[in-house]
Amino acid sequence: MSQTIATPPTVRLDTDVIGRPVSRPEGPAKVSGAAKYAAEFSVTGPLWYGYIVSSPIAKGKITKIYADEVLAIPGVQQVFSHENVPSLAWFDRSYKDQVAPGGSPFRPLHEPEIQFSQQPVAMVVAETFELARYAASVLRIEYDVDEFNTDLKAAASKSFDAPKGKTGFLPPPKPKGDMDAAYADAPHKVSGEYTHRAQMANPMEMFGTTIDWLGDGKKMKIYDKTQGAPNVQQYLTKIFGLSKEEARIISRFTGGGFGAGLRPQYQVFMAVLAALELEHSIRVVMDRSQMFSMGHRPHTIQNLRLAADDKGHLQALEHTALAETSQFEEETETVVNWSGIMYNSPNSKFDYQLTRIDVNTPADMRAPGAATGSFAIESAIDEMAYAAGVDPLDFRLLNYTYEDPTENKPFSSKRLDACYHEGAARFGWEQRTPEPRSMRDGNMLVGWGMAAGCWDASTQKAAAKAILHADGTLVVNSATNDQGAGTYVIMTQVAAQTLGLPMAQVKFNLGDTEFPEAPIQGGSWTANSVGTAVQNACQEVGKKLLKLAQDMDDSPLKGVDFEDVQFANGCLRANEDVSRSVAITDILAASGEAKIEADGKAGPNPANLLKYSMHSHNAVFVEVKVDEDLGTVHVTRVVDAVAAGRILNPKTARSQVLGGVVWGISMALMEEAYLNNDLGRYVNHNYAEYHIPVNADIKKIDVIFVEEEDHIASAIGVKGVGEVGMLGVAAAICNAVYHATGKRVRELPLTIDKLL
Amino acid sequence: MSLHFTQEALDKTPPTIVPTQPVTLNVNGEDHTIQIAPWTSLLDALREYMDLTGTKKGCDHGQCGACTVLVDGKRINSCLALATVYQGKQIQTIEGLGSEDNLSPLQQAFVDHDAFQCGYCTPGQICSAQGLINEGRCKTEDEVREHLSGNLCRCGAYTNILSAVMEVLHDGQVVVDNGTLVTIPAQPSASSSVN
Repeated sequence: MSQTIATPPTVRLDTDVIGRPVSRPEGPAKVSGAAKYAAEFSVTGPLWYGYIVSSPIAKGKITKIYADEVLAIPGVQQVFSHENVPSLAWFDRSYKDQVAPGGSPFRPLHEPEIQFSQQPVAMVVAETFELARYAASVLRIEYDVDEFNTDLKAAASKSFDAPKGKTGFLPPPKPKGDMDAAYADAPHKVSGEYTHRAQMANPMEMFGTTIDWLGDGKKMKIYDKTQGAPNVQQYLTKIFGLSKEEARIISRFTGGGFGAGLRPQYQVFMAVLAALELEHSIRVVMDRSQMFSMGHRPHTIQNLRLAADDKGHLQALEHTALAETSQFEEETETVVNWSGIMYNSPNSKFDYQLTRIDVNTPADMRAPGAATGSFAIESAIDEMAYAAGVDPLDFRLLNYTYEDPTENKPFSSKRLDACYHEGAARFGWEQRTPEPRSMRDGNMLVGWGMAAGCWDASTQKAAAKAILHADGTLVVNSATNDQGAGTYVIMTQVAAQTLGLPMAQVKFNLGDTEFPEAPIQGGSWTANSVGTAVQNACQEVGKKLLKLAQDMDDSPLKGVDFEDVQFANGCLRANEDVSRSVAITDILAASGEAKIEADGKAGPNPANLLKYSMHSHNAVFVEVKVDEDLGTVHVTRVVDAVAAGRILNPKTARSQVLGGVVWGISMALMEEAYLNNDLGRYVNHNYAEYHIPVNADIKKIDVIFVEEEDHIASAIGVKGVGEVGMLGVAAAICNAVYHATGKRVRELPLTIDKLL
Repeated sequence: MSLHFTQEALDKTPPTIVPTQPVTLNVNGEDHTIQIAPWTSLLDALREYMDLTGTKKGCDHGQCGACTVLVDGKRINSCLALATVYQGKQIQTIEGLGSEDNLSPLQQAFVDHDAFQCGYCTPGQICSAQGLINEGRCKTEDEVREHLSGNLCRCGAYTNILSAVMEVLHDGQVVVDNGTLVTIPAQPSASSSVN
């Protein structure tokens, strides 16, 4: 090799797009109204509409449905209820989706029994939406009402250990030392009960399904709002005995999910039922009140006891939780474990119990379990720091752990310390005066608070297919999802960089069960899992390209191994001498191939799982201003410093964290699905009375990504950002309110009445 | 307990179903004649009868703003509007502000600032922001935040939405008609003389 290297490998190449803040390729479709969501697809032939009728009672039995009255209205096609649903799959297992918890899944329209308020009891199908809605409103139904209980505290005596079985659920860590003795002996101790009520994911797009009845046997195109098309397909094929070809699920755009779309929702069941029975295209959309009838973040009561020595070292840590579940399933979250992962205490005890009330089964909602747990532990740590007379940031640094105390394994990476330092510097934490009520801005009390969080970095099984065409365009397909997380853009980046093509030449498709299977979008695992599968598929195409390049006459790449080549700026070239280069389109032209295809897969690495504890981390710093007379709390400034491994796209990753902070503010100050225990019903089931932030509620949010890359957690170095940004925000706000006012509020949402 | 409960019809005496009738709506400069019942909302007329699905339904109760459209330049919640009432008016939807290949400056600013995630509230946010610009009252960040607070975003893209709108609404200039910059005359209020 006599040539000097024309382009040193350190020079950033045009097609090295990973890590750049590029805009979403689907952005123009979203801002112009061209992006089609589930309830917006046209069908072949006329479309009928289904409108769902919900139960007004929490428990009992339907005794009569006056369907005839409604069927007499011209244009009404059918009224579906338990009275006329055909016999479907018999066993519970057919109704279990990929993320179903233990128990017996709810079967829509299966029987006259009512198990929760707003349970769907019927669906009216009519020729127009207006008619279906009207007919549903005049359908008379009679019920026998049974006694019910929706009060978690009233059911507390019947609590039981949360059963194992749900994917991803970790039972509480084992106890260490002698918690009670250590607590009794320690000089500084705190204890408290921390509560939040049920919260609803409430994505902007209501759950809906459009079915295009293709008139070819039972073949349907099912446009569904979901976070995982393959999960919906699996559910429907098992229940209705359909083939995958008959039940094709398409979900190109998902108008938010936040967990609500992990499990198939009942509107897709009802739409398929109606399409099959009527052999007709149909659209079924929930209304906003019905969005409160599905899974919710469970009402949870947590108790913490902490003790520390005079230097501020934790001596005792106890975290217990009691959460609601339904009468028929056991929804479990990992709630108490986070305390044990974040803080090392020689004496510790954990417990997590469920109890049954007459509501629908709760569900995973953004940062499930961790949002709950981090609110309690991070509030308690603040209280402990104050009790021990140590600055809350110093207290966390004093009790920092470099290995996961719950599993006695090292972390694959942990740069929480960098989050603390960089976040504190950006926020200006050192200017804080520690005494409550010591900072003011005019008539406003100013409070500065902080907290931290951690979330799993996990990889699931995923697959992708890459197809490189002769003109140099690359198409990559995977049945994954983009509920707004940025899947479209990061997968386009990964594919483009892997094969050295401009992003404009790469098209990533998702949300179609004709594509290779991918997991539901949840758990912050899409980037790790699907990203690795996409990279692998593109690398396989690359290997085929190298072989074809080496078959070319006078190939400059003869004898070069795949490890020694790079794909950049549309060329395949040798690392050691980039002048030994062939344009990718030239390789395809010389080969005569119209396209090159390859599959790629990803999955968890069992060896790494055994050896390491893999988590993303964050530290949050918050400023609140509290009007002393009115009790109003304004979050005026937030710094969220995140260590989430390699950041594929700082623009969209930042948006994820911004959203997480808004969710944290919402959880802290606003969200509560108000359960009226006399009615057994969430009574604020609309957007006006279920409060979430509006633009005026959100002020300055600063996002920091600390430098981190973790190739143990995933092949592409990523740990995921969907959940971690939200963690600790609610606690940091409560801690800031304490700093501002001297009042500890341990019950969310922190509304005015709790401060006055 | 053997309580018996009847879920009564919300409307005890079912009215005669009023027949559908032709209604002509001018949307994005084009007349569309559709056959609808009088109780059809403008939102449903657009989405279900004209295939203009860029306008979104988030609540159907005027609580979320996802259905915002411009009528004679003013923003309204199309879910709270009966379609027939809007005959003879100029209705502008997100599809009329710009297309995928030819975005309006506001649409482009939303893309550049990543002012959305799932994208479902976005058409309403943009129509509302365009209405805000047309109104010509808001200048400061606080004013824009307040006047965009009728549009919920569950993904929490508010700070980026603000950045996108402020970029288009800067130096007292506003963009109208897909790109023309027009200077708004200074407001004669005391507060606007500061800064």
